[in-house]
Amino acid sequence: MSKFTRRNFLKATGGAAVAATALTASPFAIGGASKKVVVVGGGMGGATCAKYIRMMDPSVEVTLVEANKDYYTCFMSNEVLSGYRSIDSIKFGYTGLGKHGVKVMHDMVTGIDADKKMVTTAGGQKLSYDRCVVAPGVDFKYDMIEGYDAKVAESIPHAWKAGAQTVTLRKQLEAMKDGGTVVICPPVNPFRCPPGPYERASQIAMYLKKEKPKSKIIIADPKPKFSKMGLFTEGWTKHYGYKGNGQAGGMIEWYGTPEGADDNVIQEIDASTKTVTTGFAEYKADVLNVIPPQKAGKIAFAAGLTNDKGWCPVNGKTFESTIHKNIHVIGDSSIASPLPKSGYAASSEAKVAAAAIVAMLSGGDAPHPTFVNTCYSVIAGGDGISVAMVYGYDEKAGKITKIKGSGGLTPGRDKQDEAMRAREVEYAHSWFENITADTFG
Amino acid sequence: MRKVKALQAAIVACGLALTGSAVAGGASAEALAYSCAGCHGTNGVSNGPASPTLAGMAKPVMVETMKGFRSGDINATIMGRIAKGYTDEEIDKIGDFFAKQTFVAAKQDSDSAMAAKGAKLHEKYCEKCHSEGGDAKIAAEDEVGALKGQWKPYLHYTLEDFHNGKREMPKKMKKKLEKLHKAEGEPGIKALLEYYAAAK
Repeated sequence: MSKFTRRNFLKATGGAAVAATALTASPFAIGGASKKVVVVGGGMGGATCAKYIRMMDPSVEVTLVEANKDYYTCFMSNEVLSGYRSIDSIKFGYTGLGKHGVKVMHDMVTGIDADKKMVTTAGGQKLSYDRCVVAPGVDFKYDMIEGYDAKVAESIPHAWKAGAQTVTLRKQLEAMKDGGTVVICPPVNPFRCPPGPYERASQIAMYLKKEKPKSKIIIADPKPKFSKMGLFTEGWTKHYGYKGNGQAGGMIEWYGTPEGADDNVIQEIDASTKTVTTGFAEYKADVLNVIPPQKAGKIAFAAGLTNDKGWCPVNGKTFESTIHKNIHVIGDSSIASPLPKSGYAASSEAKVAAAAIVAMLSGGDAPHPTFVNTCYSVIAGGDGISVAMVYGYDEKAGKITKIKGSGGLTPGRDKQDEAMRAREVEYAHSWFENITADTFG
Repeated sequence: MRKVKALQAAIVACGLALTGSAVAGGASAEALAYSCAGCHGTNGVSNGPASPTLAGMAKPVMVETMKGFRSGDINATIMGRIAKGYTDEEIDKIGDFFAKQTFVAAKQDSDSAMAAKGAKLHEKYCEKCHSEGGDAKIAAEDEVGALKGQWKPYLHYTLEDFHNGKREMPKKMKKKLEKLHKAEGEPGIKALLEYYAAAK
């Protein structure tokens, strides 16, 4: 009995089976000459994609180019602000990817030539590719806020990319007097991590309630509603004395903006006095956290992958750019609606893109995609909430779809045992351990 | 002549395979299972502490659990919402995938005195169905849940749910678990958990 090798397989079937295998949804390639993939950006999307391409087909040469030596996860960085965890606990390196045979290069990508299939870097490297993955995360529209830019953000941090600014914001909270005011300005849609600003308010409130109980948090929101709103506001009422939209008196005050109005749309900040001017009001802060409106990462613009709204249109089955062939855009920069801009979605997109890339490199068709998003927020100790959804793909419409009947939010407190909320906190932390190991381990 | 026939056969097989794939709803076992890794670890080996390792789980256990989550018969937080996203065929594929993966014992703390007590309790109340301390390989053959080396908080939640009637269990298990609770109470459950956690 001879071994069932690739060669025998091809001989026996006259090659027809090659197409069959690729079409029958196996994400694994049969092999072939060494193909090259260059991954631009080592966040949740990029790192996961690099690892999974190698897991699916070790014959593919994968080079990941990332400017930073370490990655700080955005998720759970709010727990650094509350003092629940250390900044080091959300720091991850790239040695794990090396073990999967991913070549990691610490450099800044400055250009991608879609015609020549070539990536160029600030360090003078020229990397040719068969397929390129672009996963730069988000960039900020500083120009929409007068008085705010990348330099000012060092002292008035957005902390919407975790790392140095997370530490700065934590230090400012620690230095704030009891009775101080924290002002959080969430961005307009769409933005990275839709529940993030509200979990941030919760985590900061958790710290203040314990250490500086006379203090308060104002959320000046340019939107009429936000992610997990009912669960957050109910939790704020229970833990932090929230009184309702536009009402003072609790530790957290939320000021929403009616649809189409500009009440709390941020216009200007005065860094010296930490004062925010919106369309309708003025807020003076002791600690100011402005999260600017967002767009695709810088390299997506340089490579011409963005549309007029500043995000990257892609084919939902392969995540290949609809503007440039052979370049796949995943994660926050891509337009993957109804998938949200979240870490879990980026990871799920990365695996779909990896399977598509592996199949397409060997001349096959991309397999049928399936996605999951799960996202946890911790409102207070022992009080966690989540949102989840399973997604598929409608081949006829060419669209990513929500699987009907799946997903949804944690039930309200009236419908569920309180102990389940404590479990959700434990699951949130398990989620963190597993998604980071799945990405960087 | 023979060559031509072989090629025709291959083409026919190809056509059949395609139809099968379309009927099954498309996504491969791998693609479906990879979506689980963010919470359950790469290939189902969980880094804990509360989400269980799925690697090496017997397919019938996986299928029954997923369907229990989907119908609401098994108490859940997020899994009830997620399981509703999958068809029977997809759950079958997920079961196939994880049954093929290798179980890795969780690296977790264990109190040795309690573990010693737990070993005796296991022998008395659980060993009959969960052989050799609930060893994962044997559990897979016997189509029961793995205990030894599974994450402690997960087992604790599950035992709580069984005890509180939020998760159905076989009659034999119900009797044993009730006896254990009566004789040893919560400290007995804790001792059992320490015993399962002691496995390296």
